[in-house]
Amino acid sequence: MPSISLRVNGKSVRAEVEGRTLLVELLREKLALTGTHVGCDTSQCGACTVHVDGRSVKSCTMLAVEADGREVTTIEGLAGADGKLSPVQAAFAEHHGLQCGFCTPGMVMSATDLVRRNPGATEAQIREWLEGNLCRCTGYHNIVKAVKAAAQAGGK
Amino acid sequence: MQDFSFHKPQNLAAAVDTLKKRPEAKALGGGQSLIPVMKLGLAAPSDLVSVAGLAELRGIKVDGKELVVGAGMTHAEVADSAEVKKAIPALAALAGHIGDAQVRNRGTLGGSLAHDDPAADYPAAVLALGATVVTDRRKIAADDFFRGLYQTALGADEIVTSVRFPIPEKAAYAKFAHPASKFALVGVMVAKGPAGVRVAVTGAGPGVFRQADMERALGGRWAADALAGVAVKAEGLNADPYGSAEYRAHLIGVMARRAVAAAG
Repeated sequence: MPSISLRVNGKSVRAEVEGRTLLVELLREKLALTGTHVGCDTSQCGACTVHVDGRSVKSCTMLAVEADGREVTTIEGLAGADGKLSPVQAAFAEHHGLQCGFCTPGMVMSATDLVRRNPGATEAQIREWLEGNLCRCTGYHNIVKAVKAAAQAGGK
Repeated sequence: MQDFSFHKPQNLAAAVDTLKKRPEAKALGGGQSLIPVMKLGLAAPSDLVSVAGLAELRGIKVDGKELVVGAGMTHAEVADSAEVKKAIPALAALAGHIGDAQVRNRGTLGGSLAHDDPAADYPAAVLALGATVVTDRRKIAADDFFRGLYQTALGADEIVTSVRFPIPEKAAYAKFAHPASKFALVGVMVAKGPAGVRVAVTGAGPGVFRQADMERALGGRWAADALAGVAVKAEGLNADPYGSAEYRAHLIGVMARRAVAAAG
């Protein structure tokens, strides 16, 4: 079985995985990082979005072996060590950017990638960027508001 | 997903060697098509050979009158590339609207071409620009590369290394995207350049194809209204719950006109 080493939320991790083990399975089942959700398992809903070397990816559509040697950040890695929410997380709370919360980790990870790369993102750019993340509750309005606020605040 | 042996070769020669020795092996690019296909059990390779990170497949450069894009470049890298935006802005725009942001961060040019999904965007660009697909062993003209539904001229152990796009005078891509998947219900790329006037259609048929009547009309006069008299036949086009063949035929006309207007 392939052995891989990577960094997850700043910590070095070694794991034995099968070739077919998905990154999301490694995170949830081996590392108990269950903040990353599996929604559709068909790379459409974005609930499983994490960062690999700083870029948002759908962890249900990436093999764990492909994360060997990479830096992975999950929703658990965004807040500060003191528990202080990241600017995007804080904006989601402030603007009520969630209802049931299932899609939220993926939304926050995706939005975090956007505001880092395009801090001046317009509403249209935010809506286009979030096309890979589905929410069945909010109608997206407050999510977009939250991301816009975080972008304007220069959130990371 | 059925398990497989995973290989991460250090160079292109080793990757080709692994594919040659294992007839049931498949090359893995960004996995945005292959992994879903394997999850569905539609493919069950014995081995996966990871190629997207190979140095030989990386890089973007202008070489004379061609833009050369490494097959391992992700859609996001192509969309954000200053060289691509300058040389062929239509190609950067096309890459920036493939799937969604997460898919664009993983999916690669070579992977998209080797998979040859009938609704994929890149095949339209490769065919309309008259590009050359470069592999580990040969160069394949776009007109010879695509062979219909998920079929290409590639051998089982052949790896796409780069694509050479002749820099056009004008080009644009217009897509009527499926709202959920962002795949093209119909996508039309038009180009006027070293390869002549070419119109390539994706999403509408069993594979990407050129629209000869439109090429003739635009060859005579490059303007959206030059396409007014071109009738697109529905025969042979895809029909599914998202759109009938007649609807797709209509969309080909609309997308082609939009693309010509956008190309200026």
